[in-house]
Amino acid sequence: MGEKMLMKGNEAIGEAAIRAGCRFYFGYPITPQSELTAYMAKKLLKMKDAAFVQAESEIAAISMVYGAAATGARAMTSSSGPGISLKQEGISYLACAELPCVIVNIQRGGPGLGSIQPGQADYFQATKGGGHGDYHLIVLAPSSVQELVDLTMDAFDLADKYTNPAMILGDGLIGQMMEAVEFKERKKIDLPDKEGWILTGCKGREKKYIVPFNLDPYEMEKINLKIQEKYKKIIEKEIRYEAINLDNADLIVVAYGTVARIVKTVIDNAKKEGINIGLIRPITLFPFPEKIIAETSEKINKVLVVEMSYGQMLEDVKLAANGKAEINFYGRAGGVVPTQFEILTEIKKYLT
Amino acid sequence: MAKIVIDEERCKGCELCIPACPKNIIVMSEYFNKKGYHPVKQIKPEECTGCAFCAITCPDVAIEVFK
Amino acid sequence: MKKVFGSPKSLTKVPFTYCPGCHHGIAHRLIAEVLDEFGVREKTVGVCPVGCSVFAYVFFDCDMICAAHGRAPAVATGMKRAKPDSIIFTYQGDGDLASIGTAEIVHTANRGENITVIFINNAIYGMTGGQMAPTTLIGQVTQTSPYGRDPKTMGYPIKVAEMLSTLKGVAYISRVALSKPAYILKAKKAIRKAFQSQIEGKGFSLVEILSTCPTNWGLSPIEANKWLEENMIPYYPLGEFKTPEEVS
Ligand SMILES: Cc1ncc(C[n+]2csc(CCOP(=O)(O)OP(=O)(O)O)c2C)c(N)n1
Ligand code: SF4
Ligand code: SF4
Ligand code: SF4
Ligand SMILES: [Mg+2]
Repeated sequence: MGEKMLMKGNEAIGEAAIRAGCRFYFGYPITPQSELTAYMAKKLLKMKDAAFVQAESEIAAISMVYGAAATGARAMTSSSGPGISLKQEGISYLACAELPCVIVNIQRGGPGLGSIQPGQADYFQATKGGGHGDYHLIVLAPSSVQELVDLTMDAFDLADKYTNPAMILGDGLIGQMMEAVEFKERKKIDLPDKEGWILTGCKGREKKYIVPFNLDPYEMEKINLKIQEKYKKIIEKEIRYEAINLDNADLIVVAYGTVARIVKTVIDNAKKEGINIGLIRPITLFPFPEKIIAETSEKINKVLVVEMSYGQMLEDVKLAANGKAEINFYGRAGGVVPTQFEILTEIKKYLT
Repeated sequence: MAKIVIDEERCKGCELCIPACPKNIIVMSEYFNKKGYHPVKQIKPEECTGCAFCAITCPDVAIEVFK
Repeated sequence: MKKVFGSPKSLTKVPFTYCPGCHHGIAHRLIAEVLDEFGVREKTVGVCPVGCSVFAYVFFDCDMICAAHGRAPAVATGMKRAKPDSIIFTYQGDGDLASIGTAEIVHTANRGENITVIFINNAIYGMTGGQMAPTTLIGQVTQTSPYGRDPKTMGYPIKVAEMLSTLKGVAYISRVALSKPAYILKAKKAIRKAFQSQIEGKGFSLVEILSTCPTNWGLSPIEANKWLEENMIPYYPLGEFKTPEEVS
């Protein structure tokens, strides 16, 4: 049994990262994730062989992560909307250079400076690449503080396993929420040796380099093909989702993160009214749980996607269903969180 | 006694070593190297002092100096 | 006879791909000589910029990483923080360091990161074909200042060495040139001091190297050296701007 503590989401991420062996954090303050930056400062500045740097910008912070990751260290940065946009340059470099790291996006309302309340409108940016070029992050979408902890730890392992940046795609609501969390004893897993690519000086070996470019298009294509192969493996092996009440459901909701939490309450309330609702909650957004969505939507036919955006994950659900089911959508955005009542009302529309 | 060795294939014929030589004993050649540059050559090798000014000026590390 | 001058160990055998007469080659060699002299090649990681010297990773025989345009000081910060025992240098052009990477260089210097920055000021964007750099001189004609740099709309050439030497976190800053043997010998000394400052843990060090870009200046290498001495040195005076007592 691990210890149980009452923690705020953002701080829980920090504690989980440190317990996962992350000793290097580079960040720039932004609401609603600033508690994470502060937590890392409080802890890492007192630790040996560790560093916390409040960077001059998110652009610099992600480049610091790139540097630290290149030495083989577990490194992390975190931000929200506007700051994550600035990080895209470095994220694209990390993906091309195949360097592992963890990036936390505690989403807020957008676009522009947007709002500081929760949002989910960075889904496209997170799952489709976000910066320039063909690449993907491994994107994990927690919906409770406990899951913030577990998925943060998993994110470091997955990043190392696939030498690819991983993103925790949370939102302002779970970032700010207090919940009891348990730091479970984790079993040791075998991760690939980093010795082959880390840069720590060429003592006793040939020099090595990390260069995310090649001006010969055929060589650059090879780099692309290599990372594409990796994404295939990730899709094959790492899909995660939660499925509730799929048998006998009148309608299936697809939602992730905070919205999925709300939907769970809606399911309980709807049951009292004799309405049977199922939920598919993607935990990995990339890789996306296509198969379960395809199978279930074909069987049940009525699907409602709910997001704090105007329909981003919706596109992946439609692609998964491939025209074989009726896919409906309900979304609030800009920092507005859809209520249970609104969602239930929406569900009822499709059941009459 | 001093001598320089010019790596004619590394030389790009930029001529920077020519004014750098206090003895004025480096000149352009008339032939081309594989990359299509005229490499420089040394004349009057007996006058070379081994001061290495030519070598330290060379942007292409094309000159070695022996003393 | 003994070899008294040859290629330093810290350079690979690959011939430079820079244009004939380009000072990047001299700067590379001087850094490599200093790494050899301090015996730190095997614990050094160099950070290449985006610019003509993006290919520096091929030429240095030590571990190398390529940063995004302007971000080399941030990448160096991450590396040095994670591995404080390694020797980290960045190699950056004037577009890289003094334009797109201004925030990174100022704050890396201000934090006093214990790294060495080699700053190649050739008053132009070499790699992209000769556009105006922040260090382009007043009146200098480039692709994007076709009528000469007009300070009214394009600002004044930035004096990086002077500007950064006002920061307290900085240990060593000097400006050197490579247009004649005497300057090259001084440049080597400055690079030595910069690395020495890092090795002794004194903090941030930077050497600004006035360099030629014969190709985009439209001059022969010899004319380019002359142009540098007649136009750049008067505006960008050579010398040391900051030294920690123990290093000087
Ligand atoms: C973000 C970004 N913007 C623009 C470029 C295009 N670019 C490549 S090199 C360069 C300027 C290089 O000039 P400088 O730093 O002075 O180096 P030099 O080639 O003169 O040595 C530019 C603008 C880029 N690669 N990345
Ligand atoms: S070593 Fe000195 S004297 Fe000899 S060729 Fe070179 S510059 Fe001239
Ligand atoms: S300086 Fe070097 S590259 Fe230039 S001409 Fe002389 S030997 Fe050749
Ligand atoms: S373009 Fe200019 S800076 Fe670039 S290699 Fe050629 S001479 Fe050097
Ligand atoms: Mg330049």
